[in-house]
Formats: sequence, C-alpha cells, structure tokens
Amino acid sequence: MNLTLNVWRQPNANAPGRFVTYPVNDISPDMSFLEMLDIVNEGIVHQGEDPIAFDSDCREGICGICGIVINGIPHGGKASTTCQLYMRHFREGETLTLEPFRARPFPVLKDLIVDRTALDRIMSAGGFISASVGSAPDGNDMLVPKNNAEAAMNYAVCIGCGACAAACPNGSAMLFTGAKVAHMAELPQGQPERYQRVVAMLSEHDELGFGSCTNHGECSAVCPAHIPMSAIARINRELTQAALRGYSSATA
Amino acid sequence: MTTVIETAPQVATSTKPLWYVSDQTLDAHVPAGPLDRKWDTSKADMKLVAPHNRRKHTIIVVGTGLAGGAAAAVLGEQGYNVLNFCYQDSPRRAHSIAAQGGINAAKNYRNDGDSIWRLFMDTVKGGDYRSREANVYRLAQLSIDIIDQCVASGVPFAREYSGYLDTRSFGGAQVARTFYARGQTGQQLLLGVYSSLVRQMDRGMVKMFPRQEMLDLVLVDGVARGILARDLVTGEIKSYAADAVVLCTGGYGNVFFLSTYARGANATAVWRAHKRGALFANPCFTQIHPTCIPVKGDYQSKLTLISESVRNDGRVWVPKKAGDNRPPNEIPEEDRDYYLERMYPSYGNLAPRDISSRAAKRVCDEGRGVGPGGYGVYLDLRDAINRLGKKVIEERYGNLMEMYEQITDENPYEVPLRIYPATHYTMGGLWVDYKLMSNVPGLFVGGEANFSDHGANRLGASALLQGLADGYWVLPATLPDYIATAKPEPITTQDEAFAEAENEIQAKIRRLLAVNGSKTVATFHRELGHIMWDYVGMARSEESLVSALSKIRHLREQYWRDVRVSGGPEELNQQLEHALRVADFLELAELMAIDALARDESCGAHFRVEHQTAEGEAERDDERFAYVAAWGYNGAEPPILVKEPLVYENVKLAVRSYK
Repeated sequence: MNLTLNVWRQPNANAPGRFVTYPVNDISPDMSFLEMLDIVNEGIVHQGEDPIAFDSDCREGICGICGIVINGIPHGGKASTTCQLYMRHFREGETLTLEPFRARPFPVLKDLIVDRTALDRIMSAGGFISASVGSAPDGNDMLVPKNNAEAAMNYAVCIGCGACAAACPNGSAMLFTGAKVAHMAELPQGQPERYQRVVAMLSEHDELGFGSCTNHGECSAVCPAHIPMSAIARINRELTQAALRGYSSATA
Repeated sequence: MTTVIETAPQVATSTKPLWYVSDQTLDAHVPAGPLDRKWDTSKADMKLVAPHNRRKHTIIVVGTGLAGGAAAAVLGEQGYNVLNFCYQDSPRRAHSIAAQGGINAAKNYRNDGDSIWRLFMDTVKGGDYRSREANVYRLAQLSIDIIDQCVASGVPFAREYSGYLDTRSFGGAQVARTFYARGQTGQQLLLGVYSSLVRQMDRGMVKMFPRQEMLDLVLVDGVARGILARDLVTGEIKSYAADAVVLCTGGYGNVFFLSTYARGANATAVWRAHKRGALFANPCFTQIHPTCIPVKGDYQSKLTLISESVRNDGRVWVPKKAGDNRPPNEIPEEDRDYYLERMYPSYGNLAPRDISSRAAKRVCDEGRGVGPGGYGVYLDLRDAINRLGKKVIEERYGNLMEMYEQITDENPYEVPLRIYPATHYTMGGLWVDYKLMSNVPGLFVGGEANFSDHGANRLGASALLQGLADGYWVLPATLPDYIATAKPEPITTQDEAFAEAENEIQAKIRRLLAVNGSKTVATFHRELGHIMWDYVGMARSEESLVSALSKIRHLREQYWRDVRVSGGPEELNQQLEHALRVADFLELAELMAIDALARDESCGAHFRVEHQTAEGEAERDDERFAYVAAWGYNGAEPPILVKEPLVYENVKLAVRSYK
C-alpha cells in the first residue's frame, strides 16, 4: 500500500507547530498503524531528521497510552485504540492527517504526545474506595448480584486514553468520569462514598477546564472500551441524588 | 568474596573462562520453624516505626504495576513519604494491565480439594523444584487475603448468579482456583491498585513522578540511598535521595525484541542495580507462553497473547499429516492430532506453559504447523461452542476474541484460532532474601523484577498473585523493619555519590549520541532478538549458547560503533530512550547465555537439548543444580556465580509428570 501522511510536528509545548507531509510506500495491509509509523520513523532517522514522537506502550489495546487523531477522529474512527488499527482499514493512496489529542487540559508535549495527567487528577479526587489494606472481610461476605457485577465491569473497562475528551466538541471528559462513578455506584463496596465521590470528581473535572456534556455522543462513538453514554446519564443521576442528600462541592 | 575458577567453557576468541564460581553460598535468611509458621514468626520478629516517625522517612518505589503501585500505596497509607516513579504518562499504564486470565487463590470456595498446601505444591512443582520453598508457601498463604482486599477495593470479579465469586481453572492445576474479571483481570487488579495509589496521592503521601525513567541506583557506603532518573519530557537527569529503594520494574523479556511485553518494558533499572552490586539470579529462566498470535512479518513490533484461560474451553491440535493444507474446518476428526490431550491425558490442554510451548514447537518442527510460515497450531473452540453455546463463550472470552479478530482479520467463532509460543515472562531477576531485600542493603525488589517465587517456570495466574503479595503485604512489612533496624542517617542529593553517578550517565548519553553510525536502534534490537530467540530460546545447547555469546559480543561492539541516535540529550527523545535500554539489553543478554550454559541440566522453561528423557521432557539434575544461580557483576572480568542451595524441608523432589 502507498499513502501520504500529513503529520502535526511541534518540538515542544512552547513552540508553534505545523503540518509536515511524508509519503509512505510499500506498506503491508497486515501492519498495525503504529508499525507503519515505526517504519516511517526509521526512514526519518536515516535522513538524519527528528522522528515523529508518539505515545505507545502495550500495543494490544489495553494500557491506553496511545492516541492519535486520524483524519479528525481520535483513534481513527474504528472504536479501537490507535495501536489496534490495521492498515487494511485504510484505502490505497489515501491521505491521512495525524494530530495529537486536543482538549484544553491536554497540553501538547511534542508532536503527537499530550500530557493527560488531568485524568489522574480527576481520579485522585474520588475515584477510589477507601479500603485500607488489612481491613477487608472475606470476598464472599459481600454478595454482588451477577447483573451488578457485569454492569460495573462494563464501566470499569475504561482504559483512560482520553479519546472521549478529544472527540467532544466541548472538550468534556464526562464519559471518563462517569465510567468510574458508575462502576463504583453499581457495587455494594462503593456505597459509603458514593455521593461525595461523584461531587468531588465532577468538581475536579470542571476545575481542570474540561467542558460540559451537551449530548453529542462523539465520546462514546470513539471509545475503544465501548463505554456507553449511559455513564453520563448515570453521573447526572448520581449528582442529583447527591444534591438531594445535601452533598455539594463545598462538602466533598 | 573468594572465588575459584571452574573449568568453564571458553569462547574461541578469549583465553578467559566464561565465569568464576564463588566458594561462598548465599543465605536467604529464611526463619526457622514449621513452614506454615515461618511468615508469622518472621513478622513477630520485625521491628516497627512509630506512626509519628514514619513521615520522616522517604522511600523510593520504582514502578507502578501491581507490586510497585501496591507497595507505594500501602507505604503511603502507613505514613511514609513515598516517591513513586514510572516511565509511562500515568501509573495506570504499567504492564500488569495486560494480564488477561486471572489470579490464583487457595480459597477452596468450590470445595474441589484446594488448600494453601495444594497451591504451594502446584507452584513448586510447576516451577520444576527451582524456587525457594518458604517464599512459595508465603505466596500461597497470602493468596487468600489478596482476593478479599481486591474485592473490597472494588474489583468487579466475575460472579455466579447467586452473587458469589466465580472461579475457573488454569494450566498446571487440577482445581478451579482462578478468580477473574472477563479476560481483563490484570487491568481490573491494576486499576484497583491505581485507585489506592491516587487516594494516597490525594492525601499527599505518595508523590508521583510519571514520564521519569530510572537510569541508575545510587549507593552511599554500600547502602542503597537513591536513584537517578531521566525526565523523559525535558531530558534532565534528576537525583532523588531516600532511606530505602524498592524496584518493581518488571521483567526483561524484551531482550528477545518480539514479546508480549509492553514496548517500553526494559531491564535498565535492574541491570543498573546489578552493576552497582546487586546479584542477578537465574537470568536464563525465561517463560515462553504457548498461546500467542503467530508472527506475521519482519515489520512486527510485538506479539499479542491470547489468555491461557482459553485452553479451558479450546482444544489444541494440528493435522496428523505434515503438509495437510486443507482449511481447518475441512479436516475431519480422524485427521486431527489433539497432541496435548494425547501426550498429557490428565492435564490435557491445561498442561503447564513450558511443556505446552515445547510441544507446539515439536509438532511445528515436524512440519505439521499451520498458517503462513508453518509456525502455528490451532486452538479450537468449536466443541465448546457446540456444548455451551456461543453466548457463554462470548461472556468468558469476548474481548479476547474481538482482539484476535482485529489483529488477524479472522473470526475465531468460525475458524480455530492460530497460536504459537512467544516470550512472555522472566522468572529470573534480582536476587532477594526472604524479606525481599537484595544483597545490597536498603535495596528491595518486588514482583517480576525479583526471582523468588516461580522457580524455572511460572504457572498461569500466579504473576498477578505474586505482584500483589509482594506489594500489598510483604514489602510493607519488611521495609519498616529495615528502616527501624538499619536506622539510615539523613541524606540529601548533595552527597557526592549522586554527582558521580550523574557524570557517568551524562558521559554515556554523550557517547551514544556521538556515534552517529548507520543503523537505527531498532535494527540492533531486532538483531539481538533474533540471536536470543534462535540460540537462547525454547531449546538451548552448549553449541548454540557458545555461538550466541560470540554473536552478542560482536553485536554489542558494533552497536557502540555504528548505532544512529538522532536528536539531543535535553529534549523529549524517544530514540535516546530506546538506545539506553538496548545498550543494557546487550549486556544482560550475555549473562543470560552464560547462565544457560552454566546450568547444565534442563528444568522448567530452561531446556538444554543434551538433557532430555526419551519422550523429550526436561531432565533435571538435582544433585548438581538444586541451587539458585546468583551472578555478581565483575567489571570487565567474567561474572562470579554465587549459589544459594535450595533446601527443601517439606517437599520431596520428584520428576514432574502431567501425564
């Protein structure tokens, strides 16, 4: 296969960026997208230039570190991670535009790499159950109906890649935040901190500069973990219940 | 340390022996007393640090996987000042996340005959009697609490309709003791650990340093007192001082280039520690996992595992006749060889990993392999789908099947999966005593980075177990004991040891960038991988290992003459990151080959073709090799082998049989 790449190149967070065009020839359709980029980079290094920087680690779709906007869609529009895209998903002769994930709280570090520590900060605000090590009762003391366990799992599979925020016209990370809120609200273990959790996580989300949800649904459409929009419905419901119980961002 | 020269083989071009042998042995400080009381006895003797004094002590934890993340979270919870490092952008990315199948625990919820003793025995036997008895028993004991802790922290384990925890079976065991969360158990356990970690970050007890890679260990007066890390965004080399250093940096399987490891996984932290004096134990024990998606082409950057749990329901086969090119579904039952069921009737498709991998290699070497290149075997779900229905199989392995289809463009519900062995785990690692401290005082090692629990072969669903046992329970007990006993003096990064180490690192980086040769780092890494896979892989011989040694040395010499690393030192430079890692792999590879040569027996995953039974199974030599081979770095001189004799007080060494 032969393709043309238009790649966003930006030396660091403070320098301006621009698109640079790279022709790509003789690519096998069985290659993964990132393997194709590896080959492009080998060529760039041989020419004595700076290769394209992009994040990548597990290369099996689970660690969540990779993420490139391809032709305007985070992860390229197959609802998989970028590392799980294969060249057979593209057409011969196609021109692909590669950009970093863009959202206000995701500053570009270099080329296609962004800083997503904002997502860790949302988690740090309340995305946990305070179970100190040593205090746990027997695992079967707390029965969890299969339906709840399955529902919790459907949300818990979020890989934290941030594609939801990059896809959203408002730059909202509500799908990411809602997935954790819903996962823990489904489980009996998550009940004691249920309401302060949702309030605290959402306040942090807003403070970091992520936008609000206006139901575009782009987030769920690009999500490699297939987190449903119900995560956002759930976060709103939890928030209402929290408000009725007197929890607010001041008490969280 | 006194050393005696053993008549070790030489490489043709050198007059030196390949290694020296120390006349001293290592003491693991295993407490006396009955096996089931050892951990309690040990804990009872440990010293404590009072709560108000804990915040005065700084502990560095490198790595945020199950072992590192859990240790950092618990030590932070206890009140220590914890500095936690990872090379990824977030602690949630550590490669524990990719573990699929499950975690073993001797809960015996199914009343199928499981017990702590049985999990212990299965693990010792699975490791082919090359692990330390007391450590393995502790692992089995802790398995019970681990499940409870994970449930409490919100891990959505699979449940029965009744709401009780569900389990499944796994390789090398005849009981169903594996707890799981679909095919993403590692992810869910890691996110559980990560949630404990972010809670401590929120409380200010754990300071997180993402995108920082440890490049050296700093010793002051022979004691581990800090690390140097490169800030991967700015390129700055930073110094950090502490009262103790914990390495939970994973395994070194990427020395094979193609593996199921994350691309960034590397041996630098443990190798640097080794060069500073930490002993490296059993480096040749590397696990080749039987069920990975076969290699497609030269461009391939990594291999992907399909969880061994699929062997619960899938049947492994190849055509009976070599050269049978019919599509799998057109090959009738009588022309199929379900070779694992035939060769190992009592364990069948669930024979341990080393045995299953070698069996796959054997049938492929006979010309009966399937798929492009002939290096693959079928893993067939047809019978399970007919028996249980597609929905049940989807529920159990849905995400794995989706991943398989994405990679291969084949539908595994309709045609059998194709699998082949790939490098997956390293049982070897830094030597540690019973308290997980290396021979360097103040340097602790947990998880895959140490060598202690899996002997010569790890059983499935035991890596997650060991990571959490070390991180949640063992290290948080033994580190305070060290601090209370050793009473480390306050120290800052102004100590000259930090400046010296930094100068060395800066010089090395300058040297790498100055080579400006003709071949990329990846080219060298791939070449090293070929050497390791072909000569130090699933089957090894004296001949292959000696030739590996000269090839590795030649490649390393070429590397420093001809590698091309673009960019500068003080910027985000992924070529330089990779170049530093490969430089260390090129040194570690040599020690792996030497260890494989020195261990003139077959055991577990270490298969020396000179030592096999008539049926082609590994043949151990307990009289000569019932020891841990711990290697000391010796500069330009050959490494020194120090032995830790393996004393089995409770287990009778036997020939491993899965027939």
